[in-house]
Amino acid sequence: MNNIICACGHENPEGTVLCGNCGRPLTKEAKDLKLADMRYEGSARRSQTYNKSIIDKIWNFFSSVKIGVTIIIMILVAAAIGTILPQVLYVPASTEADIAAYYERVYGTFGKIYYELGLSDLYGSWWFQTLIGMLGISLIVASLDRFIPLYNSLKKQRTRRHESFMKRQRLFALGESVGQETLTKSEAKLKELRYDVKREDGALLAEKGRFSRWGPYVNHVGLIIFLFGVMLRALPGFYVDETMWIREGETRAIPEAPGYYLESKDFILETYDKEQADEVFGDAIERVGTIASNYQTDVVLYKKPESALPGQTENLEEVKKESIQVNKPLKFDGFAVYQMDFRLDELKTMHFVLSNKATGESLGDLAIDLVNPETTYDLGNGSSVKLLGYYPDFSGFENGEPQTKSPVPNNPAFLVRMTTPETPKGETSFVAIKQTVEPLGENAYKLEFQNVDTRDVSGLTIRKDKTLWILALGGLIFMIGVAQGSYFNHRRIWIHETKDGQFAVAAHTNKNWFAIKKELDQVTEAAQLPLYKDQQDSESQELKKDGEKSS
Amino acid sequence: MTLVSISGNLLFVAFICYLIATLFFGGAVKGSKPETSDSEKRWGRIGIIVTIVGFIANLAYFITRWIAAGHAPVSNLFEFTTAFGMMVVGAFILIYFIYRTPSLGLFALPIAIIIIGFASMFPRDINPLIPALKSYWLTVHVITAALGEAILAISAVAGLIYLLKNVDVTKRSKQSFWLEAVMFTLVLTLGFVASTTTFSVMDYEAKFSYVDKEQKDQEITYNTPPIFGMNEYKALTPGTMTPLAEMPPLVNAKKLTTVTWSLLFGVVLYGLIRLIIRKPIAAVLKPFAQKANSQLMDEIGYRAVSIGFPVFTLGALIFAMIWAQEAWSRFWGWDPKEVWALITWLFYAAFLHLRLSRGWHGEKSAWLAVIGFIIIMFNLIAVNLIIAGLHSYA
Ligand code: HEM
Repeated sequence: MNNIICACGHENPEGTVLCGNCGRPLTKEAKDLKLADMRYEGSARRSQTYNKSIIDKIWNFFSSVKIGVTIIIMILVAAAIGTILPQVLYVPASTEADIAAYYERVYGTFGKIYYELGLSDLYGSWWFQTLIGMLGISLIVASLDRFIPLYNSLKKQRTRRHESFMKRQRLFALGESVGQETLTKSEAKLKELRYDVKREDGALLAEKGRFSRWGPYVNHVGLIIFLFGVMLRALPGFYVDETMWIREGETRAIPEAPGYYLESKDFILETYDKEQADEVFGDAIERVGTIASNYQTDVVLYKKPESALPGQTENLEEVKKESIQVNKPLKFDGFAVYQMDFRLDELKTMHFVLSNKATGESLGDLAIDLVNPETTYDLGNGSSVKLLGYYPDFSGFENGEPQTKSPVPNNPAFLVRMTTPETPKGETSFVAIKQTVEPLGENAYKLEFQNVDTRDVSGLTIRKDKTLWILALGGLIFMIGVAQGSYFNHRRIWIHETKDGQFAVAAHTNKNWFAIKKELDQVTEAAQLPLYKDQQDSESQELKKDGEKSS
Repeated sequence: MTLVSISGNLLFVAFICYLIATLFFGGAVKGSKPETSDSEKRWGRIGIIVTIVGFIANLAYFITRWIAAGHAPVSNLFEFTTAFGMMVVGAFILIYFIYRTPSLGLFALPIAIIIIGFASMFPRDINPLIPALKSYWLTVHVITAALGEAILAISAVAGLIYLLKNVDVTKRSKQSFWLEAVMFTLVLTLGFVASTTTFSVMDYEAKFSYVDKEQKDQEITYNTPPIFGMNEYKALTPGTMTPLAEMPPLVNAKKLTTVTWSLLFGVVLYGLIRLIIRKPIAAVLKPFAQKANSQLMDEIGYRAVSIGFPVFTLGALIFAMIWAQEAWSRFWGWDPKEVWALITWLFYAAFLHLRLSRGWHGEKSAWLAVIGFIIIMFNLIAVNLIIAGLHSYA
């Protein structure tokens, strides 16, 4: 390690640009600059110092802000491309083949290419996730690389800086002071402006808002915690995402929430009523048509007692009654249950009458529960109806066999054997809502469809997310850091008396030069300091000159 | 008068005040004296007073409409865009009291005026809230996000002034071309306002039936003469213009027609302006930016971003995530509107890093600020109108 020894005698680590003690520029480039580069106080950063091993190279790569910004821009562009067409998640198709077909059918060749390139699932792709990972690494490396040297050099600042440092500050003055006790007056004024003031034989350093310099690092830590939380979600057990359909009157186990049961009492759909809506909403309803005002499932949450056997669902203990609405999920034990979807008027029970075809005489009626049908319905008086087959979603015959599309009772059909005192051997019939087939020849009796009862079905989503608090913590830390860095500024003012009795004044801030100038104006006036110049703002100098000429 | 119509009138008052205030700010930067001289300060002072009066009327519009509707008036495109325009004025007032530069007002107010004018072209009735929007997070999230965007917009105004002052518009260069392109875009917005107003004054209506992409029969009403027809359209209103071309089911020909009319009106308007002034619009505006101090504009641009960025993060990302978790069971779903909020955020993060570590000050920084504003407007308008999603209002 080659330390650099400054003219003031201070030893600086290799890579230092401005002497940590007196502020003299140490490198050729720094000496050539009219204004000093004050980032990180000119201290030595690891990435500027080492470049030998492969580790150094990787470190340097990720610590570069150029790379960091490149990664940010790449994520930005990729994210934008993902919004050109809807992502797979929002496409009404589930199998790979259907999805591929959907993109081609709806969006043509462009859609096909978009799908084939994997852009339809862009945010889940390995390369997008890699970019996010690289962002995280870059954040960590760049922050460490800068924070440590910055912290060290701000901690051990010397009060008197060398003139070559002072004159390279953006706000700088050198000249006579007409007043007396210049430093004491400056100190008083600066203290009034809430600066911390340090004095050392003939030199003064006033500083405030140093903590704002940690803002970026605090906010990066917040981001890293957030990204860490997001990564955790990929591990099993941190994250539950289930859906359940529940019918009115039904009690069902909540998926992934062992021991918990939910009963749906009622599903409610409300719309705004044009008649009742005051004149305020009238126009909108007129224009749009019906507007829903509420989707709600009234539920009771139960818990199985500790002692209960597996599968046993009697003696459930009621936990709470609640109405789940959009924006008002049911919460319990870390879970949340959301109102997400519904189906209105699903068939519940079908009512039939068994009657004599010739006379029309009825032998009694029966109600078939379409979810849990019984095998035999005894009508008394020696008559009964037996279900030989049940086809909840009847879709037609195949090879003479009735088929069902799904287990949902959308179009129920039954194969029944009807027994009456007159026909003790029984007659077979196939009964659907609007159709009766008598496969084994003409019957004397028929099962006559009367009506149906319906009920609504609620689509609920069950979530448990153990990472939420990590994400919230990351967000909170980010906000603290970003407020700390944005709403406060680090300001420093150096004043010293030179050997020939003049005064040198310099000021620096990490942002908001306007405010530090105003403060420096006040100090200049109070202590009659020489007038400073903004060495970066040529225009205002010109303006001042113009003003002098015209006045 | 009902509360709703009072509210509408208040918005009109605000609109007029902003117009008048613009003239006063114009007075403050005209003439040969520096912006900071006494007589100029007087013009600037009247300008800011009129602006504040307008802003109070604007706030009163917002509050009365809130009371009338029973929910914060940020639930459709008209309401949201108007609120955004109002907050741009609010952000300008805030920044004005820090830096006291009339030139900022001369450019910020016209932009707010265009935004509010643009907003008024959308249906203005008060919607009852659908279940997904019934949450106080709607209020908190939208207002904070719009406020953040408005503060960020001020940085674009400062950037624009910087560019008008520092880009040599008499020379052909990339810079002068793009600067004029920004002016052209602003005129296009006026084209949209002009075409919509023209046809609504004419009470134009043409009804069509068509077949949508799911093969269902639908009906649609055009409020502009149909240049493009929907898929398999049939005219239901007799005596209206026959569309020049039929579009495939994927394309919303009605929106395409609206866009085309706006473009036509905008291009004609721009052509007329150029005919009258005989030089680029940027060249005409340049003298108005001449008095601004470049260094100060650069600083205001950065300051606005550093004030606006945390507010935007809080409103558009953090509050948005909290609400999404309550309403849709997930805090993030890669919905286009969410993604564009993220893109905006990443863009400004890149802006800050380029400035801080790569020394992108002055002109580069000014361009970035203008681009940032374009992204914000894209998210506000194009994503709502073109890219459908959960957030789509239209
Ligand atoms: C989306 C991700 C990021 C966000 C939101 C973010 C946010 C910020 C903010 C707000 C600042 C303060 C800026 C100012 O005060 O003007 C900052 C500073 C900084 N960021 Fe980031 N950052 C992100 C990613 C990165 C990455 C990937 C790097 C890696 C190269 C990085 C490196 C830095 C550095 C070096 C600073 C300056 C610190 C200083 O000078 O004190 N940031 N960041």
